[in-house]
Amino acid sequence: MLKQLFAIIAVSLALVGPSRAVLTIEITQGVSGALPIAIVPFEWLGNGVAPEQVHTIVAADLQRSGYFQPLPEQDLVARPHRANEVNYTNWRALNVDHLVVGRIQALPDDNYQVQFQLLDVHKRTQLAGYSIRSGKSDLRRTAHQISDIIYKAITGQPGAFDTRIAYITVTQNQKKQKSYRLAVADSDGHNEQVVYESKHPLMSPSWAPDGKRLVYVSFTRGRPEVYIQNIVTRKFERIVAFKGINSAPVFSPDGSKLALTLSKDGNPEIYILDMATKDLTRVTRNFAIDTEPAWMPDGKAIIFTSDRGGSPQLYRIGVNAQGSTGRAKRLTFEGDYNARGAVSPDGRYLAMVHREEGRYRIAVQDLKAGHFRVLTDSRLDESPSFSPNGSMIIYATEDNYRGILAAVSVDGRSQQRLSLRTGDVREPAWSSFISRQR
Amino acid sequence: MGRSLIYVFIAGLILGLSGCEFKPVKKYGEDDDQATQQADRDSRYGVDEGGPLDIKALDDPDSPVSVRVLYFPLDGVTISNEDRDVIAAHARLLSGNPEVSVILEGHADERGTREYNLALGERRANAVQQLLVLQGVAQSQIQVISFGEERPVALGHDEEAWRLNRRVEILYSGY
Repeated sequence: MLKQLFAIIAVSLALVGPSRAVLTIEITQGVSGALPIAIVPFEWLGNGVAPEQVHTIVAADLQRSGYFQPLPEQDLVARPHRANEVNYTNWRALNVDHLVVGRIQALPDDNYQVQFQLLDVHKRTQLAGYSIRSGKSDLRRTAHQISDIIYKAITGQPGAFDTRIAYITVTQNQKKQKSYRLAVADSDGHNEQVVYESKHPLMSPSWAPDGKRLVYVSFTRGRPEVYIQNIVTRKFERIVAFKGINSAPVFSPDGSKLALTLSKDGNPEIYILDMATKDLTRVTRNFAIDTEPAWMPDGKAIIFTSDRGGSPQLYRIGVNAQGSTGRAKRLTFEGDYNARGAVSPDGRYLAMVHREEGRYRIAVQDLKAGHFRVLTDSRLDESPSFSPNGSMIIYATEDNYRGILAAVSVDGRSQQRLSLRTGDVREPAWSSFISRQR
Repeated sequence: MGRSLIYVFIAGLILGLSGCEFKPVKKYGEDDDQATQQADRDSRYGVDEGGPLDIKALDDPDSPVSVRVLYFPLDGVTISNEDRDVIAAHARLLSGNPEVSVILEGHADERGTREYNLALGERRANAVQQLLVLQGVAQSQIQVISFGEERPVALGHDEEAWRLNRRVEILYSGY
């Protein structure tokens, strides 16, 4: 019996792999009225088979956005690779608005030249045409850049496909010992890389605007303390370790400061830490819990959670070098629990965790018009984070008692789920637009 | 009495010499999940600084100080009258043994946001600390640490698990 059990464990370990967890994405709610687009498999000009199916990656990206409905590959009426090979009449008959064609040329130096054209089927014109040089291991990234170009050419808004997400995973071995990992992956969940691993709890990851550093809270010394880590060089620094809790760190939009929560003076208050001088400025002064700061995009105000009114609600307070400017103003009034605010990059929307009949859901408030809207329908949602183009919100939720990530469009129309094959995944943080060195 | 004091002294000496790490005590009726958590906890704290302890009382299931986990209502920090008696007993033990120290570990259930729950766990532990200090325990004997919702003892996702996870653990160092 025991032998059998070991065999089963061995097999499942072999299937799962030692430590590499893979995120898979499933679109749970598509959008009616999404734009039909055809993406023809790119021509491969090299030996053997192409190392990545670029057209598949692009199609998946566009579908995930909720704005596009790529034509299934088997429905393609023809396989052109250049604009001058396209018979527009055929594609019009399929009710396709846009067509993407392209080719990948293997270069003698082991790099690739990827060329593509985005065509308007109705106007019979080219909307975009690019030639991108791609490193050997960069084809996936090149595909995401192509998706960004297509998205922008058609919607007028920048795409957020060539970006990353950071998140925390928790797995448990047979001895029930937990392993906490801070991981970074491409926005489609591929290319996961673990940047920090600990047997102690790990929480609140957040990106620096440069997309190269993460700030997070680790319990590795027995209490919550704040660390900054460069995800490329692995260099890290314990930045704040006062008595009490050191938590909820977030970089200011210009990266020069960190807003965070410290309880060193007795109860949790919001502080601002100047990264250059290490000067600490206290922002809030209240007997209640003040935590979960989020910067407004102009860096002149902070939104935070406070239960000063009896239940957790979101407040806004102006900030400058001396601390706060004026009194905190309450922003949320729907229900008795609104917490962990996240502000859209344009400053218009405030996403939050909202409790409704004992269920915790993601809601969005329009900060200009005041409209309030619950976007999700689950019971344990938390940690909303906006995509850098403001179109999607990624958040943590549970499915069948497992922690998973999910994303929802700000209008609530498109939803998708990202789940690990094993363990829990939680606390997603979407990077800003990044310029990774190639 | 004299004999038991010697006994306690020797026990303390052994614990001290062996560089004993921090080890909370399993409460009656709790499942193995907590033991797992505690195994992990063993490696987190430094060498024991505590002196001799009234081990008998801590070990005696009939003594109120054998209760070292206090539970809290949803979103709340209210301490029940029963738990007030438990805290009073701990206060007597601690004020009578000023060389003994405790860690008050505050926890929350998984619902709601993590950072707010971290603060809520601290608020719960602070409420217990306040009662201990009011009853003569020195501030220097108490250390408060919050884990928020990061270290549940019950791993379920239902009311019963949540009830068990909203807690403050009183952890005697050197014991």
